[in-house]
Amino acid sequence: MSRILIVGAGPAGIRAAERLVEAGLHPVIVDEGARAGGQIYRRPPAGFTRTAAQLYGSEAAKATALHSRFDAMLTAGQVTCHARSSVIALSAGVAHVTGPEGAQQIGFDKLILATGAMDRLAPVPGWQSAGVYSLGAAQIALKSQGVALGARMVLAGSGPLLTLVASQLIRAGAQVAAVLDTAPLADQLAGGVGMALARPWVTLRGALMRAHLRRVYHAAVRLTGIESDANGPTAVWWVDRAGRARSTPCDAVALGWHLRAETHLSDLAGVSMRWDPQFHQWLPQADDYGRAAKDVYLAGDGLRILGADGAELAGKLAATACLQDLGRPAPDVAQDLRRLRRMQRFAKALQRAFPWPADMLRSLPDDAILCRCEGISAGDLRDALPLAGADANRGKALSRVGMGRCQGRYCQLAGAEVLAAKAGVRVAQVGRLRSQPPVRPAPISAYMSDARKDAAE
Amino acid sequence: MTGRIVRLAETARPEVSFTFDGAMLTGLDGDTVLTAILQARPDLRPSEFGPERRAGFCLMGACQDCWIWQEQGPRLRACSTPIVAGMALLSEAPRHWPGTEAAP
Repeated sequence: MSRILIVGAGPAGIRAAERLVEAGLHPVIVDEGARAGGQIYRRPPAGFTRTAAQLYGSEAAKATALHSRFDAMLTAGQVTCHARSSVIALSAGVAHVTGPEGAQQIGFDKLILATGAMDRLAPVPGWQSAGVYSLGAAQIALKSQGVALGARMVLAGSGPLLTLVASQLIRAGAQVAAVLDTAPLADQLAGGVGMALARPWVTLRGALMRAHLRRVYHAAVRLTGIESDANGPTAVWWVDRAGRARSTPCDAVALGWHLRAETHLSDLAGVSMRWDPQFHQWLPQADDYGRAAKDVYLAGDGLRILGADGAELAGKLAATACLQDLGRPAPDVAQDLRRLRRMQRFAKALQRAFPWPADMLRSLPDDAILCRCEGISAGDLRDALPLAGADANRGKALSRVGMGRCQGRYCQLAGAEVLAAKAGVRVAQVGRLRSQPPVRPAPISAYMSDARKDAAE
Repeated sequence: MTGRIVRLAETARPEVSFTFDGAMLTGLDGDTVLTAILQARPDLRPSEFGPERRAGFCLMGACQDCWIWQEQGPRLRACSTPIVAGMALLSEAPRHWPGTEAAP
């Protein structure tokens, strides 16, 4: 039987597994979570008591359906799942995995990467302080731990998660002092029309959620700094629509500008990447089904950032492509493809409504920290330009921006923007940081005990 | 020292005791190490590269900001490791840890 490996058990990975199981195959799944669900449908640990409606709001039925489908496949022995495990590297037909079982190698004939996305971050001066988080972090803390990351939070950035996290926190009883959106109102209106045409109900739900934030919400904001003392943030400084400098006292900040695809493994698997001007990031290239390289299929936000509904569709499509390429009967997907195109229209309008704050980054002060991992400033990167030229990888080698432990996940796009502005070129010309294994930190002890075993044999 | 996080729900769980930099702290069963420490402390560790301190950032295992030390054994990622009774956690490397002396 064909060995199919799925990386990631979020909406895309679960639906891919389901389709393969329906075709009589037994996929192996590697997932970083303790329990399958991914980020948006993340499950709290066992013993927590909030209901699905409390955790997932309007999406409760979808979340529950995915969780129970996955659990049923697992209980029936139709899939093998390595939870709390990471694929850290790929070689020909082999995934190198670390997890509670130590280091292991898992061979595969077909690989489905459903690695999802993370917050797309733009540095704000002072963001290195303890108590500044990503918006996703604020949501994870609430959903999987039942906590707020501060007693008085400011949420800032742009995109659907900004409104969603704010309203989830407020509903749960947290104090949200301000919701600062960098998107201009004109963009939000123009994008909003396209969003409403593609998915009217989803758009309406978002608009209502926004309306409920009332005076806490501010549009067209420019973020100028986060002030901190020894215990963390004390205030966020910003400039309002009318050009007035303002500050909001707080003890925690969550930042995010929509999402950034997690592409390290697809890069290592040999998938081509291209700069996508609408999503303002490098994205893998694949056909409509997710075929991306020989025996490599992509699904979900790691391929196209369409959110959870789009990820479920993409998971089914990737598994369908896999079945077709194995010469097995596969279900008709004409309707899924049509729905996916609608999701794409919605996602593109969403990008227009909540744009990446390029201007804010291009004028980032020299002393602002750009790389949070190693405390490297925007000025340090600009100073590297004469030797590095307008090239992301050479800029990384000379300044170390992108070389820290997050491996460029949170600084790559901002760094490219800073380099491009200083060099006077378009951001796409700066290029993309090459992914390097291991794509997650790997404990050397796992490999030492392996070496001992090898020696003993 | 005051805690950073505010518990909003799920508070009726059994308590779990552990130490952090030698101080006895109490979390709840099901807490991550990050949650358990930050309910009593404003942060997790110093930064290696600047004057500021660190308290985690992404909480999804992508940023690697929240790795801390244990008195015995390997480092751990606080956002994805459940707290276990008896853990002896440290914000910085112990003075003597394997590798600083001759290997066994």
